[in-house]
Amino acid sequence: MSHTTMNLNLKVWRQKNTKTAGAFEMYRVENISDEMSFLEMMDILNEQLITTGGEPVAFDHDCREGICGMCSMYINGKPHGPWQANTTCQLHMRAFKDNDTIVIEPWRANAFPVIKDLTVDRSAFDRIIQAGGYVSVNTGNAVDGNSLPIEKSKADEAFAAAMCIGCGACVAACKNSSAMLFLSAKVSHLALLPQGGPERKTRVTNMVAQLDKEGFGACTNTGACEAACPKEISIANIARLNKEYIVAGLTSE
Amino acid sequence: MIDAKIPKGDLDNKWVDYKGHCKLVNPANKRKMEVIVVGTGLAGASAAASLGEMGYKVKAFCFQDSPRRAHSIAAQGGINAAKNYQNDGDSVFRLFYDTIKGGDYRAREANVHRLAEVSTNIIDQCVAQGVPFAREYGGLLSNRSFGGTQVQRTFYAAGQTGQQLLIGAYQALERQVALGNVQMFARHEMLDVVKVDGKAKGIIARNLVTGELERHFGYAVLLCTGGYGNVYYLSTNAMGSNVTAAWKAHKQGAYFANPCFTQIHPTCIPVSGDHQSKLTLMSESLRNDGRIWVPKKLGETRKANDIPEEERDYYLERRYPAFGNLVPRDVASRAAKERCDAGYGVGTSKQAVYLDYAAAIERYGKTEVSKKGLSNVSHEEIIALGKEVVKEKYGNLFDMYAKITGENPYDVPMRIYPAVHYTMGGLWVDYELQTSVPGLYALGEANFSDHGANRLGASALMQGLADGYFVIPYTLSNNLADEIYNAPIPTSHPAFEAAEKTVADRIATLKNINGKQTVESFHKRLGKIIWNECGMSRSAAGLKQAIADVQALKKEFWSDVRIPGEINEYNPELDKANRVADFIELGELMCVDALAREESCGGHFREEYQTPEGEALRDDANFMYVAAWELKNEHEWALHKEELKYEVIQTSQRNYK
Repeated sequence: MSHTTMNLNLKVWRQKNTKTAGAFEMYRVENISDEMSFLEMMDILNEQLITTGGEPVAFDHDCREGICGMCSMYINGKPHGPWQANTTCQLHMRAFKDNDTIVIEPWRANAFPVIKDLTVDRSAFDRIIQAGGYVSVNTGNAVDGNSLPIEKSKADEAFAAAMCIGCGACVAACKNSSAMLFLSAKVSHLALLPQGGPERKTRVTNMVAQLDKEGFGACTNTGACEAACPKEISIANIARLNKEYIVAGLTSE
Repeated sequence: MIDAKIPKGDLDNKWVDYKGHCKLVNPANKRKMEVIVVGTGLAGASAAASLGEMGYKVKAFCFQDSPRRAHSIAAQGGINAAKNYQNDGDSVFRLFYDTIKGGDYRAREANVHRLAEVSTNIIDQCVAQGVPFAREYGGLLSNRSFGGTQVQRTFYAAGQTGQQLLIGAYQALERQVALGNVQMFARHEMLDVVKVDGKAKGIIARNLVTGELERHFGYAVLLCTGGYGNVYYLSTNAMGSNVTAAWKAHKQGAYFANPCFTQIHPTCIPVSGDHQSKLTLMSESLRNDGRIWVPKKLGETRKANDIPEEERDYYLERRYPAFGNLVPRDVASRAAKERCDAGYGVGTSKQAVYLDYAAAIERYGKTEVSKKGLSNVSHEEIIALGKEVVKEKYGNLFDMYAKITGENPYDVPMRIYPAVHYTMGGLWVDYELQTSVPGLYALGEANFSDHGANRLGASALMQGLADGYFVIPYTLSNNLADEIYNAPIPTSHPAFEAAEKTVADRIATLKNINGKQTVESFHKRLGKIIWNECGMSRSAAGLKQAIADVQALKKEFWSDVRIPGEINEYNPELDKANRVADFIELGELMCVDALAREESCGGHFREEYQTPEGEALRDDANFMYVAAWELKNEHEWALHKEELKYEVIQTSQRNYK
């Protein structure tokens, strides 16, 4: 494969901290190889800023292999940028061409306050899990793993929901800043498995209550979340969540 | 010689006896005792959750924005357990034996046996938590094979086993947070261990959002902070993975064991250029079905698919017929390097070999044809069916490869090259996982204990969870039972005051250097030195040069690094500077250790010590010990040896032929 380089204009959201108002700033980066990842391009911008006496752009990132869920940029109007089923860290510069202007923003949602520049606070997701996103089983309680056969199709479906990386792209993509896809992935993962059975009703009730408390919006089924999800979590999970919620409400004592 | 406090008795009964006789803390007392857990990967999250369940008051810390981000999440292939569900002859002993042999006879027998014993409990625990492991159509758990073994004992969840296990541990942890048993401090980094009367009694942590330093007391401090692979700059570790917590412990007197034992993983996506910030692993599980080869002809210019079968050198199958493509990682990595150094490498850099799925795709396609009872099937249809099967097994890995390289691995062989992946070395711990500082423990990859000189695939997840779920709950209580008589220490104690001042002064010094070079540029230079001289092969001359180079780099760093921004704000460059400063010091110790170990074993390959066939040549007579280093002064360490006394296993030259 032959490789090309490009020069780019970057329009980046800069915000000193949660309390200060932010604004866009323009930067230019040159000789960017199409083999680079998007974050490596950001590294180059930051090296350039530091050596010329500026302040680097703060952004969250860690594993850089699409699994930790830490990276969170809104690129040209899309969470994680133009590629389907992809995280920002796996986006490569092949997706862009010479002289493009790329707009880079943080996730925008009331429940995800900006910490600095492109870094946001997603601790609301942890609190939603705390409300019931688990099976209450202490270490040492378990019986033999094979004593509980689980239909392969059920296990696969649960796994597909459990693949959620908790990045928050679903919230960022939604016009209502709804976190229903995230929540439904966890509720589905555990509702599909027999291990999740005993706490099925309290789990969904408590997690939805926490979701509302965190200030996420309601779901109006536009499907933007599914389109933006790097792990292709299906919107069918939201239907399952609604069913679980209704059943829990109708059958509670 | 140092004492690892290994219990007396038969190997089979050591852990059983230990559990039967260790001291306990009653529930009322547990509620009064605070314990600090640093790091929330598999080891940290499982330890924090389990200790919280037991009733201890746990404070857990991670530098990421959530405990769910820890790099355990990126582990792909699987987790080993001696369940013998496949009826293929597996047992606790065999897992123990494979792990010791895979580690080239440099691991401690008692620890590894315990690991193999509790491996089965881990699977049960994870299933109970709702971890969606892969299953067969009958509803039971599925297994696959991994390098260095001849049984199928690896449990997995597609190529995302680490993610699923970590989410399981994370959920258990968050449950304890909700119950008030664990207090979670995300975006916090430990910057020192506080010792009172020689015992670890707390930490100084920095709130990475505000930059403030905090003091936290605990009756014990557990470091579950992972490995130090990022000393090489380029590795498969996450960008934030660092040695800082372990290094601070080392500076407070904890011995650092076998730092030169690092694992270079054979199947990673090759480096594409100087801009590269990290390397991506392609799971070892790919070696189950993929065949590794290079062209037979020097200076081959044809594309991979144009090179006929008879002109391909399947060098692993040729050199190691018994294990073939499933030899342990160190062996596979060195073999790739050997071929590339000899000029047979592929791709633009010539630093790559092919990992080919064509044969597997065809084989699976044919199986599907017979499973579905099809007839008159064209070759294209067979290939299409085979691709479907491969997609189900390895789809996410193939997608990742395509995204990074822009090539379609279903059609052309992948290019791979070894990359730094794991560090077997780490803080020295005794049988109870306690470091040489009383009250200070190390779990998971942060300790050195179970993998000797080379870790087998799917064993890191096993060890992290074994330490956290099933070992530390016993060993910690055994020691805390004596602490109940001691009152908690207020964080106004002079020891906390002094530790906080040391940390604050160091940060101020770093910030005030105001030099010209970026932290990143120093890290890259350090990485090159260590990779070149303390990477896949090492020599006395190279290591001596590397030590001098690292010392010079340290001087330059402390006189010319530039850190933008302020101390008391969210400042990732400052966080990175703190970490790189520690990596530089560790880099020197790695070379010191590698120089002192005048033998080749596992991942440590000294050019001077090899067999005529180029295999690692161990020296059991002189080096059958754990090298535990004590820091004396800057650039000066004392070596303490822990003799490895094998009661059960006979050492021999590892043979995978």
